[in-house]
Amino acid sequence: MGTKENARDCEKERTKIRCVKTMKDIMTTYYIDAKTAEENGKKVAWITSGGPVEPLIAMDVIPVYPENHGAMIGATKMADDLCAKAEEMGYSRDLCSYARSDIACATVNGGPIGGLPRPDMLVCCNNICGTVLKWYEVQARFFNVPLFILDTPITHTAYSKAQHRYVADQFNNYMAFLEEHCGKPFDFDRLEEVGRLSLKGQKLWQAVLDTTMNRPAPMSAFDAFFHLALIVTLRGTQTAVDYYQALLDEMNERVSLSISAVPKEEIRLMWDNLPVWYRTKWLSDTFAGHNACLVADTYTSAWCSSLRFLDENDFFNSMVEGYSRIYLNTGVDAMAEEVLSMVERYKADGLVMHSNRSCKPYSLGQYDIQRIVQERAGVPVLVMEADMCDSRNFSESQIQTRIDAFMELVRANL
Amino acid sequence: MEQFKRFHEVAADPATYARQWKERTRGRVVATLCSYAPEEILLAANVLGFRILGTESPIVRADAHLQSYSCTLVRGALEEALAGRLDYVDGVVFPHTCDSIQRLSDIWRMNVKTGFHMDLVLPADLTTRASLDYMTAILETFARELGEKLGCEITREALGAAISTCNQIRRAVMRIHALRNRVPEAMAGTDLHAMVRAGMVMDRKEYLSLVTSLATALESEYPTSQFYGKRIVVAGGLCNMPDLFDVIEQTGSRVVMDDLCTGSRFFQGIVEPDGDLFRAIANRYQSRIVCPAKHSGLRARGEALVQMARESRADGVMFFCLKFCDPFGFDYPYIKQMLDDNQVPSMLFELEDSLAADGQFETRCQAFIEML
Ligand code: SF4
Ligand code: SF4
Repeated sequence: MGTKENARDCEKERTKIRCVKTMKDIMTTYYIDAKTAEENGKKVAWITSGGPVEPLIAMDVIPVYPENHGAMIGATKMADDLCAKAEEMGYSRDLCSYARSDIACATVNGGPIGGLPRPDMLVCCNNICGTVLKWYEVQARFFNVPLFILDTPITHTAYSKAQHRYVADQFNNYMAFLEEHCGKPFDFDRLEEVGRLSLKGQKLWQAVLDTTMNRPAPMSAFDAFFHLALIVTLRGTQTAVDYYQALLDEMNERVSLSISAVPKEEIRLMWDNLPVWYRTKWLSDTFAGHNACLVADTYTSAWCSSLRFLDENDFFNSMVEGYSRIYLNTGVDAMAEEVLSMVERYKADGLVMHSNRSCKPYSLGQYDIQRIVQERAGVPVLVMEADMCDSRNFSESQIQTRIDAFMELVRANL
Repeated sequence: MEQFKRFHEVAADPATYARQWKERTRGRVVATLCSYAPEEILLAANVLGFRILGTESPIVRADAHLQSYSCTLVRGALEEALAGRLDYVDGVVFPHTCDSIQRLSDIWRMNVKTGFHMDLVLPADLTTRASLDYMTAILETFARELGEKLGCEITREALGAAISTCNQIRRAVMRIHALRNRVPEAMAGTDLHAMVRAGMVMDRKEYLSLVTSLATALESEYPTSQFYGKRIVVAGGLCNMPDLFDVIEQTGSRVVMDDLCTGSRFFQGIVEPDGDLFRAIANRYQSRIVCPAKHSGLRARGEALVQMARESRADGVMFFCLKFCDPFGFDYPYIKQMLDDNQVPSMLFELEDSLAADGQFETRCQAFIEML
């Protein structure tokens, strides 16, 4: 073996994020726990990614996230078959591919982990989209289990008192629902404890994401897509807090050692929308080939997007506003402002927007955001059409050409 | 048919109607995007409630704001606005329905000048007490804010009178629907469609007098039916394609009932005006068949359609949906299954903005009806 290769291997070893292994172990344990819940006398609730999970944890219910499952299905390239199966069942090909994958998967127990554990109840919060409402109706019929809906009206330009009262009323109903289906009184003290952990986890996650403000960035958005899993699934637990503390330490260490995500970072880009799960490696390599690092994204930061509304001394009441005012539940202009401030904070030289056929609330309005960012931040913006899970809507050669052209533009604009 | 002539005129060119109405009355036109815009409140404010439905022109300008994977209703409505063809509109009301409409509202607010812009952020879950309370509260706020924008106050008396007018319209229109069901040959599908379409844009008092006399005239003219053809129920998402009805009925069959938000659903249910009038309006929304973007239990829409098919002795159900309509897309499989379980044949037709010229729809439609 030549010394060159040896050196390359050493370099690879040095730049690998060590926490990746821990994360895989935690996720494996989590899914084993979830899949053996019944034997251990525990209940399982399926919940939407933007839903209030803390009350479930306070009640010892294991939360399971079909969207996280959808991401795994996408990343393991198993979505095309499952989506096709959903189409056979009568679901239109134009529906969200998480929903299609999950709906089909439930009937065959397929996918990367042989299907999710059967739910005892479903908790659907529509603060991310109207799709989840319809999707959970489908699953509530299929599994014949109770469905709790937390209806959080969108805050186009304002957050009204009436809507606050409405969501607050429903949080009370949520506690009652959990009491009924868990057969025990709701533990409010425990909730405050879980809430503190949840906030701690979110703050740590934000701190991890913020390490990319360093030049070169110690991690990229592609790493963030991976490490996101715990803030979604284990938010509110000590496990998540410990994990993100370790990850933060590792990132800080990388900063001090100048270990970067992209070897020769020259260009810093921002990403918008969900990842293209089945092509993260390809996209990451393609951008790295241009010495470009994706330093920030709107997706993984969405799980800290309402930190300012949450109060660690009154978690129960602050959840109302916190869960109503997340990134996707605001107007397109408010989203554009957020993107602009991120471009500024992370010093991005360009913005890549994934126009995601699956996700209308995230994607419709992107053209306007594109224009606003181009005008006000003066950076080039690429909109590329794809789908987060269904690779039948991905044209590699076309996207390659568009990325190459875009990178030239960004370079000329530096 | 002669009695439907006025409706056909209006339905063929609602914009001209609105412009003339404005000139005649010096009143204001408020455009709405779905059937969850409260008719009664608009009427009480003395404005012309005007439902926008896509476009018949090619979509070009909207493509700069909306991806090709949004439905043609959303893209078409924006096209109309950007092209300046809604110059008679003094304000727009966006009730909260599907994800696409909600984003359309933002894009519209940021790019279009059609007077004032109001979001009526309705609940999505229409089954709970909390949502009834919430809907009541926001309808009241909506009425107040609408009054402020128009420089008038919507009084309880005015609202009471408007509710009564809207209820009378609903009763008359439902009489006509009932007659169509009893005596299908009394009117063509396109006639009924024109009548419904006109009801979403015409001066409601004028409309009331037209539909009332029409109902009476039709009832006396068509006491009994000689119709032995196939009876079709039409269901699904939004549909503004009068040609469909002609194609169906050319086969000798008749559309006897529909579950379309641009059809009978627009007129379903009566507002029972006692006590809090806003709560009364909210109650109607909670109790009528919901749009697929709303939640009213797990099987409510399916059960309602099965019942509709049974009551109207339908031979088959034809589903029409706009491509890229998510709410309908999720409901369709279970509703179809429920129809299958009840031995009601059905077929799905996915449409874009107009019937393709290749005759595919005609062929499939004929094949389906022959099979019944
Ligand atoms: S991808 Fe979009 S449409 Fe699908 S569940 Fe997530 S937020 Fe909803
Ligand atoms: S047709 Fe469907 S997607 Fe389009 S506006 Fe209506 S409900 Fe929304």
